[in-house]
Amino acid sequence: MTLRFDIPEENFADILVKAFTNRSFLTGFVITIVVAAVAIVSFFWTPFDVTRLIIADKTQAPSPAHWFGTDHFGRDILSMIMVGARNSIAVALVAVGIGMGVGVPLGAFAAARGGIVDEAVMRLNDLVFAFPALLSAIMITAIFGPGALNAIIAIGIFNIPVFARVARAGALAIWPREFILAARAAGKGKTLITLEHVLPNIVTLLLVQGTIQFALGILAEAGLSYVGLGTQPPMPSWGRMLFDAQTRMVAAPWMAIFPGMAIVVTVLGLNLLGDGIADILDPKSRRQR
Amino acid sequence: MTAYLLKRLAIALITLVLASMVVFAVLEIIPGDPARLMLGLNASADQVELLRNQMGLNAPLALRYLHWAGGLLSLDFGRSYTYSVPVIDLVRERVVVSLPLALIALALSTIIAVPVGLFSAGRHGRAGDTIAMGAAQLGVAVPNFWFALMLIYLFAVWLRLVPSGGFPGWSAGVWPALKSLILPAIALALPQAAILARVTRSALIEVLNEDYIRTARAKGLPFRAVLWRHALRNAMIPVLTILGLQFAFLLAGTIIIENVFYLPGLGRLVFQAITQRDLIVVESVVMLLVAAVIAVNLLVDLSYAVVDPRLRSRQ
Repeated sequence: MTLRFDIPEENFADILVKAFTNRSFLTGFVITIVVAAVAIVSFFWTPFDVTRLIIADKTQAPSPAHWFGTDHFGRDILSMIMVGARNSIAVALVAVGIGMGVGVPLGAFAAARGGIVDEAVMRLNDLVFAFPALLSAIMITAIFGPGALNAIIAIGIFNIPVFARVARAGALAIWPREFILAARAAGKGKTLITLEHVLPNIVTLLLVQGTIQFALGILAEAGLSYVGLGTQPPMPSWGRMLFDAQTRMVAAPWMAIFPGMAIVVTVLGLNLLGDGIADILDPKSRRQR
Repeated sequence: MTAYLLKRLAIALITLVLASMVVFAVLEIIPGDPARLMLGLNASADQVELLRNQMGLNAPLALRYLHWAGGLLSLDFGRSYTYSVPVIDLVRERVVVSLPLALIALALSTIIAVPVGLFSAGRHGRAGDTIAMGAAQLGVAVPNFWFALMLIYLFAVWLRLVPSGGFPGWSAGVWPALKSLILPAIALALPQAAILARVTRSALIEVLNEDYIRTARAKGLPFRAVLWRHALRNAMIPVLTILGLQFAFLLAGTIIIENVFYLPGLGRLVFQAITQRDLIVVESVVMLLVAAVIAVNLLVDLSYAVVDPRLRSRQ
């Protein structure tokens, strides 16, 4: 058992100063805000209507009218990327919600109980880990058919063991500490201690993992839509746009370049944000993948 | 040591059995009667019933599971509804594409990532480290299928160095076959290498802060020797863990990449099977990949014991 010292409380102002001097956080924060803003704006306004097909304008190269060019149906790529951002964020966010909502209680419960309960939860984790996200997506698709909802479920299921592991590892490190002992001496039950003392102390870990899973979720959604298992047309999605681009690589490379860059920038932003948060709130926290 | 090995083995077996139950259950939930599917819409109820009996579909659930699982153990996966050949034959044809692809990608990723990790850890905080890790950060964010499209555009469409897709088969010679696996392997490997490089670096940096590293330096060993001989070995455990996880990702990842390059591997097989609702094939390939993932994780657990002698002596 290593000796532990409690880190002195930091006030909010200190954290803010650290945040705005952290290059990683700042870059990630700005990118994430921009992507989120683009997604929100797409609800009210896009340069062109993404549901209107204008065949006369098909596969136009980037121009002042169409900054990122047009696709094989004459739709504006920039507008489609904007609407696709909304779709990607929604899928990844809900999938993270599922993973946290189920995984964190499971992990915290396993850590609190220990023994056979812990062992059972961990074996269940192994089981889910044995099905890579794409495989579970394939099975879910085989049952219910393709669609954005099934993509969310598949990515969400894959997120559960990730959060369970992080929550369990974090909670196990908190349980031996003095303030837990004090709480137990005060007669608090394990559930109450978990809610009042353990969870607040692992929020940072969960937040960092949350941004990583968010980024992975966006990659997974794009992959699933690309192979036709995720979001279905006519709803624009980044993965689907890349699928459409594949057979037109020679004639219209912009159809592939820009949606891919949208994915890279978004994922990069989220990863930088996660790194930044980890640095700021707890220099010792380790990223887990 | 023996206790550790036995526990790991037991866990792997339990996971495998549970996974097979999940896969079997999925097939049970799926709407649609395989017998009706095979006979077509015009078949009479009697004919369907007869085939159901022949296929053993009317047996009790537990018995059918045992029959199916027993079949898996003897590599009898059943017959494909659409191809009318044993599934194992289809798998055997396809695995010679998917497995080499995943292995080449894994090797490539390791060859790139470990030296980059060593380089970065050795220059912790300096310009070289910042540049390498910036590149890794970018690599993590790149979806492999998009990277694949860009590679096709550059190397197949522009430079015409390699084919843009398809697979001539190993019978066409090793080199032509390998040539068509190069781009898919690079596309799979680079994003994985970025993750692995980051893990290698952070594991090394953690180890380099240990007392025994200072001792090794104090006794006059050059930094390079310390890095390679003392630090790398001790940093291997997290690296191996990630390698194991990555193999799972690579196996699953080949499913998408095979579709980009039109490679006739397990991934293409699964997709065709899904669209044709050939569920026996879907189920068998999923089960096979899951078994591979579990086996690799077991191997990783065992390799801990090889890398870390402390695990060997612990009872």
